[in-house]
Amino acid sequence: MKIFDPFVLPFVLGMAFVLTYCFVGLIKVILQLPKDDRKKFLRSLVTPKTAWANIRDLFGDCLFHVKIWKRNPILGYMHSAIAFGWFMIIVIGHVMLFTLKPLQGVEIEGFARTFTNFYYPIFFKYFAEEGKIFGFLMDFFLLMIISGILIAVVKKIHSKIVGVKRVTKFGFADNMIRFALWTIFPFRLIAEKTNIYAFWWLYSIDLLIFMCMLPFTRYMHIPTEALFILLRHAGLNAREPRKGYALAQIYSCPSCGLCIDACPMSVNDKNSGNTSAYFMKKLRNGDTEEAKRIAETCLMCGKCVKVCPVSIESCDIKFSQRAETPYYVNSDHSYLDVILTEAQRSGEISSNNNKVLYFAGCMTQLTPKIMRAMKKIMESAGEEFQFLDENGGICCGRPMILSGKTAEAQAMIAKNTELIKKSGAKKLVLSCPICYKVFKDEYHLEGVEILHHTQYINELIKTGKLKVNKGDVNYVYHDPCELGRAFEIYDEPREVLEKAGNLRKAKSEKELSICCGGSLGSFNLTQKERDEITCNSVADLMFNNPDEIVTACPLCLKTFARKAPVAVKDIAEVVSSQL
Amino acid sequence: MDFGFCLSPSSHVQMDKIDLATFNRLKETNPDINTCIACGSCTATCTAGNFTEMSFRRILLMLQRGKEDEAKKMIQRCMLCGKCTLVCPRGINIRKILLDITR
Repeated sequence: MKIFDPFVLPFVLGMAFVLTYCFVGLIKVILQLPKDDRKKFLRSLVTPKTAWANIRDLFGDCLFHVKIWKRNPILGYMHSAIAFGWFMIIVIGHVMLFTLKPLQGVEIEGFARTFTNFYYPIFFKYFAEEGKIFGFLMDFFLLMIISGILIAVVKKIHSKIVGVKRVTKFGFADNMIRFALWTIFPFRLIAEKTNIYAFWWLYSIDLLIFMCMLPFTRYMHIPTEALFILLRHAGLNAREPRKGYALAQIYSCPSCGLCIDACPMSVNDKNSGNTSAYFMKKLRNGDTEEAKRIAETCLMCGKCVKVCPVSIESCDIKFSQRAETPYYVNSDHSYLDVILTEAQRSGEISSNNNKVLYFAGCMTQLTPKIMRAMKKIMESAGEEFQFLDENGGICCGRPMILSGKTAEAQAMIAKNTELIKKSGAKKLVLSCPICYKVFKDEYHLEGVEILHHTQYINELIKTGKLKVNKGDVNYVYHDPCELGRAFEIYDEPREVLEKAGNLRKAKSEKELSICCGGSLGSFNLTQKERDEITCNSVADLMFNNPDEIVTACPLCLKTFARKAPVAVKDIAEVVSSQL
Repeated sequence: MDFGFCLSPSSHVQMDKIDLATFNRLKETNPDINTCIACGSCTATCTAGNFTEMSFRRILLMLQRGKEDEAKKMIQRCMLCGKCTLVCPRGINIRKILLDITR
């Protein structure tokens, strides 16, 4: 029995290349991390809580692909069959190696032994007998892989069969490596069963092609995802679009295209090229101009992040990409200094800490009916309240941040913080999820409870301060992106609506809700393109024929009102009409 | 001599001599500005306009008159809140235009 044959050389070469590349890449990513992030990362590796999360997700995501199974079981099986099956073949190959000591009577030691171990499990059947149990297991997993490949072929020919409408369009390299991957296992099966020498060569050369192309294609996600999971649990933020943490995310993106069907922009085929899968691809290929354009077209609704089986935070990378575009205006917001609180304006300095401070925000100023409804609700609940911006307030700063101008937003954040602190209130109620997001994330308002009005109304009803009469109107609730996906406030508005009437389900709800199309996140979308998104979202909400569409965001309200066939109301309006 | 009052400086614009490069570039990248009817909805709702003289309608006018510096000075007040875009009856993407002027 032989222990070496020249056909193992292509494989050994390819494997050596991949390992070197991954090692260099690992060092590069870690060196590119900012100093404090690197410390955070290293500390997270030894902190028990994050270490446990690391282990859980390394097994759950990298090995068992739990998230794909949850999203689409057929795709889950397809991916697991290939990835998990391949993993098992390699593991079993190594286990069998232990059972062969010494190797078929040939005693080898030291470096030669290590070298042999490197390729032996991959070509095991050529060199040694597998035995009954191991032989069965090897065949089982090999057939499992081939069944996965068959599904992949079907998906390539007609993706709708496996429940995918649009798939990512690939270039030459990605198509070629996919072909190489698909042929590796049939070659191995033929080589093992017939022992035709040429197929061992084909198998090995296929492996060489796959491994040499791996770093330059989407399959780089196989080694990178493990690193990305560790970095993600360290709680890092992507600060630059192509460095450090972002680089790990770019290479972790498998271009699976699950985000393409999820993206609200995909309603127009032309715009499905603006989805996260393509954004990451452009970044990987170094096409900065296109990446910039996509980053500025995105609605920032965050749905792609929720459906991503790898949990890539593409919105954060888009933010950092936007921040790279210079803003040649030295923002001058010094005029904000002279703005006074309502209390200061009316001359009475209130020191009552029990009052509720209500901040309507720009968008609610445009929809005064929400303000009136909130006033009525708070009055009938007997709450002591004050409006922060009844006579015109300032922007919360979120739109500036959405444009990547975080530094410029600070003037507004500082002024609003000052006004709120001066009012002495301990509870702040907001009507606009856009404001809510920035108040929660960027403001430092220690000691002030920040609530969105859906939470606040729910609290009033639960504590018995507010009595709502149940009507017989059928409502459907639209989850605003920045309330739902960003803060997972799904239940409070639904509880409130069930008190006021009958709640019907939309087709896509909660984390899968479709952006209204009005999002401030996008700069490039034209009105026509936005209208298409709105119509699609309305059709989704009208799935169960509700009498009224209810939302909790003034921007969604205004956007829907233009296109909806039924009345669109804010949740505060609904409650105030049922008092 | 100070009379306590004065004549305002001439606001005369010589259309032949002004530089319309920025406006023309803007027209190319954002053709929708041609549809502006100068209704002033953007100005009426402007958050910054509540406290200053910020007005998108005037910014557009200034650019058409070649007063680029004045326009850019006015944009400094903008908070990019997007209310103007939302109320525009012609569906002009005003926020993008504001960002494009500064590029």
